[in-house]
Amino acid sequence: MSTTILPGAEKASFLPRVGTAQILLGLSIGILVVVVAVPVLLIFLNSFWVNGQFNALDVVRVLSRGETYEALLNSLILAGGVTVTGTIVGTFFAWLVSRTDLPFKGLMKVLFLIPFMLPSFIGALAWKMLLSPRAGYINRLFMDFFGTDTPLFDIYSYQGIIMVETMYLFPFVFIQVSGALERMDPTLEESARISGASLFTITRKITIPLVLPSVVSGALLIALYSMAHFGTVAVLGVEVGIYNIPTLIYEKIHQSAGNFTSIRTATVLASVLVMTAAFILWLQNRVLSRGHYQIIAGKSFRPTELKLRGLRIPLLLFCLAYIGFTIVLPTVTIFCVGLLKTYGLPIALENMTLHNFEYILFEWDLTRGAIVNSLLLGFSAAVITMFAGVIISYVIVKMRVRGKGFLEFLGMLPFSVPGSVIALGTMLAWSGKFGINIYNTAWIILVAYIARYMAFSLKANSAALEQVHDSLVEAARASGATMWQALRDIVIPLVRPGMLAAFFLIFLPALRELTVSVMLYGPTTRTIGVAIYTLNEDGETVYAAALAGVALILIVTGEGLIKRLFKIGMKK
Amino acid sequence: MANVTIENVCKRFGARTVLDGLSLAVDDGECFTLLGPSGCGKSVLMRLIAGFEAPESGTIAIGGRAVADPARGILVPPDRRGLGMVFQDYAVWPHMTVAENVAYPLKIAGTEAAARAEATRRAVAMVGLAGLEERLPSQLSGGQQQRVALARALVSEPRLLVLDEPLNNLDANLREEMRFEIKALQRTLGITVLYVTHDQEIALGIADRLAVMDGQGHLRQIGTPEEIYERPADAFVFRFMGIANFLPVRRQGDGWVAGEAGVPWTGPPPQRPDALLAAGFRPSDVTLAREGVGMPATVRRASFLGASVDYLIEIGGTLVRAALPSHDCLSRGLLFAEGEACRVALDGVQWFAGGALEGGAA
Repeated sequence: MSTTILPGAEKASFLPRVGTAQILLGLSIGILVVVVAVPVLLIFLNSFWVNGQFNALDVVRVLSRGETYEALLNSLILAGGVTVTGTIVGTFFAWLVSRTDLPFKGLMKVLFLIPFMLPSFIGALAWKMLLSPRAGYINRLFMDFFGTDTPLFDIYSYQGIIMVETMYLFPFVFIQVSGALERMDPTLEESARISGASLFTITRKITIPLVLPSVVSGALLIALYSMAHFGTVAVLGVEVGIYNIPTLIYEKIHQSAGNFTSIRTATVLASVLVMTAAFILWLQNRVLSRGHYQIIAGKSFRPTELKLRGLRIPLLLFCLAYIGFTIVLPTVTIFCVGLLKTYGLPIALENMTLHNFEYILFEWDLTRGAIVNSLLLGFSAAVITMFAGVIISYVIVKMRVRGKGFLEFLGMLPFSVPGSVIALGTMLAWSGKFGINIYNTAWIILVAYIARYMAFSLKANSAALEQVHDSLVEAARASGATMWQALRDIVIPLVRPGMLAAFFLIFLPALRELTVSVMLYGPTTRTIGVAIYTLNEDGETVYAAALAGVALILIVTGEGLIKRLFKIGMKK
Repeated sequence: MANVTIENVCKRFGARTVLDGLSLAVDDGECFTLLGPSGCGKSVLMRLIAGFEAPESGTIAIGGRAVADPARGILVPPDRRGLGMVFQDYAVWPHMTVAENVAYPLKIAGTEAAARAEATRRAVAMVGLAGLEERLPSQLSGGQQQRVALARALVSEPRLLVLDEPLNNLDANLREEMRFEIKALQRTLGITVLYVTHDQEIALGIADRLAVMDGQGHLRQIGTPEEIYERPADAFVFRFMGIANFLPVRRQGDGWVAGEAGVPWTGPPPQRPDALLAAGFRPSDVTLAREGVGMPATVRRASFLGASVDYLIEIGGTLVRAALPSHDCLSRGLLFAEGEACRVALDGVQWFAGGALEGGAA
């Protein structure tokens, strides 16, 4: 195309009926409808329509049945408990690392975020090995030492589950609160101090009200995750009959094999889960938008630090003990048990062998297959979701096209749909009902992964796209580039860091995914998470531990790689 | 030929009508400035011409070729309108070097490598950036980035260059320098330039012709800078062209009185039938004297600004501003103190209807 205007050249193109914008919008809506909206819709249809009729009464009937009612109650008890303990732990440590003169604060901050990258069901597995009433190493040590038959602590209990989930979910509050405390203008506190207020009064009257929105928002995130959490309850609760919503959905699906009543119960539970999640997210949005005080500025201040004086070293030791107890101990346990010749032997060097690792890595098809499956599925899901996320975010953030409102609504959906709901919905949609049956194949897991991780990709990509000013694209258009060329030459190179972030935000969690895969796996499509879970169920504890160890190594290496990658990216 | 013809163009955003039946013709080879307050719709008009917005009705033609005509279903996308554009925020691509930025339009057009390199080199040299080809935008100053944007807009030798407030983000010295350079480039290349700004000084300095747009998206006057400055069509244009004084003048018996209190008007009487008028004049149109002819007035504030002395003067209850050259004031003993009485005479008064008084002295 010539860039000069030729006299009289009538090269006007006619208003396109289907232009690039419409194609992109259609594609975006298509992806989200097929992958997320249809599954969720099917769940609602299945639970509210009985024999072709809307029937809300029957939903109530299903919910008031003993086991469903109990699961709902359990979910509430567990989520409530974890939210309370997680919020206390998170707020306390956040205050400690941002507002006191605790030594090694920078290092502490990094250490407190480690639980975020560790899969909680592997943690649950470790705690089972340490604190199961009969065989747990700590309990046995205790019983042997005191010569008693009463274990120190029974991990198969509400308290046990709440404790383990707290260890992995408290960073939600920790991140939000330490961020808010750091951004808070210290002059506010100083001026109160000058006015003669005591430190206690300042904390009560100024600091706490200012930080409260962040505390509540983090707490709601904990509640959301705990509500929808499968792994820990599956490992520690199911054994003694404690089911929450996701575990009961799993139970119903796995026991039923297509039984109508079970599937309906599962969909009703899933509906409750979706609605709860949507409500929690809505609440969080409100809290955050109300908490947007001017006072918490984007700038970083040097906050006033409380002198801990004599408590400085004891509190440091307390932090180290907490980290040692919640991170180091379970991790070491996993590796030690993974090295044992047989589960139950004392942890001593003469009982250890590398054979378990050798066996699961090189010999046993089940575990080898699981590792390969997880790598392939994680990689494919990450690549597909990354690109789909770019396109969808691009339409949402950058384009002005009719019908975008609908896409924006669809784009919110992935954020409020928990994993077990995604899995159930995907199962309903892709088991032949619409002519495609990929049940029991790896494809169904892939589709579900894409739905599950779309939210991550949308978040990372739209954040990156918002940094790309519209005029950069318009300058390319004015230079003669078509929309596709502008996308290829300007937008994609500029959002590449966001895309890369999206890739890893998906790939690493997908490697250890359990909730979705456990509902959808077939005989040859176990993932690492599923393999660890089923090995543990089958009593192959040492192999489960060895595989968990391999998973941990993969995850930690991956996280390390990203950190380095982004550091190099920043410098550039 | 790259004349631009805009006929009856309407543009709405939701319920808000930004442009309502606007018509405008820009001649081939002229530097045409669109001047108006911020948010008046002038950037929208620019974006309509460039193709980033589509009009609801009306036609836009560039070089005789319709690029937007909803009635006939014509909407040429921006990449096929063949114009160069410079944006307010430069829009230099941060991931490309200076040379890559400038060469991009040619790359898209499929220009062969050697010719591309040569044209790029020339464009870069033209805006005075030779030697900086391999720099990234982050290593350039704001003025240099703006030059990159200019070189990029010119490299494919478009017949029409559209500039949307391109000098806004530059400091005063750089703004002036760039203004001269754009004008010089336009003369050398003989291209049509469409320049959007809210800065009357730039507009007057650069334009062959300019159009003044009001806050509602209506064109108030089109003309040469001299015409617009000397013969403003209405009070809005007059006020927009710099600091403006408006003094109420009303008929009283056979004569005229000025100000709210009504001191006798001593200038030539207005040749208009209205009973209430506004006399518009610039601070520099005011002559002060200690006594003699002129309207009696009081100095309310005096500030010595170096080259000139700035006075706030009360004439019959109305405050106006006057600027007198310091030399005159010093040599003729016209340095007034606050509260001193004086006599005021006015040159080059523009007469407007009494309604222009709303808003007072700008």
